[in-house]
Amino acid sequence: MSDDLIPVMRIADTLLVALQGDLDDATVIRIEEQLTHAVARTGAAGMLIDVSGLGAVDSFIARVLARVVAMIRLLGAEAAIVGIQPAVAIALVDLGVPMGHLHTALNAQQGLALLQRLRRSGA
Amino acid sequence: MDQIADHLIDQDAVTIADDTALVEVRRVLRAHARAAGLSLVEETKLITAGSELARNILTHTTDARGRLYVEQLADSRRRGVRAIFTDDGPGIDDLDAALTDGFSTVGSMGLGLPGSRRLVDEMTITSSPGSGTTVVIVKWRR
Repeated sequence: MSDDLIPVMRIADTLLVALQGDLDDATVIRIEEQLTHAVARTGAAGMLIDVSGLGAVDSFIARVLARVVAMIRLLGAEAAIVGIQPAVAIALVDLGVPMGHLHTALNAQQGLALLQRLRRSGA
Repeated sequence: MDQIADHLIDQDAVTIADDTALVEVRRVLRAHARAAGLSLVEETKLITAGSELARNILTHTTDARGRLYVEQLADSRRRGVRAIFTDDGPGIDDLDAALTDGFSTVGSMGLGLPGSRRLVDEMTITSSPGSGTTVVIVKWRR
């Protein structure tokens, strides 16, 4: 795809992407589409979305992240959000955005282990 | 606004006219948070609250237009940041309801006002139907 916004890395059958900077809404929506297409195109079993480079997550970005994870699950893969900054996590809880239903991990390494566990338990 | 303008230090203003302004809102709030010496958690809370309040302006005003003014606060004991979000949109009919989690007139999650209030140290809302809304938030350095 020529209009890819962010690089997608592949580790075995898992895709890894990193969101960085302060993203405007339109960019967030385009990234959402890119990630969903990447899973469909590659047939990956899982995707890790690294958000450690995001300095703030408001309700819109949180909602889109939850939606990407839901879409990837509909495609038969698993997705996890990794690397949420502690300050961002604290702010999200205060804000009241429900994120408890999402698979999350401290970092990419733990995220990979989490996806493997999910795959085994789902098999 | 004259009353507020009397004790301004380093004020910044942002016009909120479309969703690309949210990036600028967050950038200006971050700069002021750092200038006031807020911790990273305080800074992140201020930015998150500000992003929600700016979003409210885009969602609820018919011509999606408002202004943000940000200023440094200092008294003998502490420093902080004050952010003023103002619009001349339809105003808020029922402030108590608008401050309740999950209440929304537009089918959103209804977290904007109650969530923002939890993220800051002070929040005051001035609004009446037909005459716009002004939300003032303050975050102090601990």
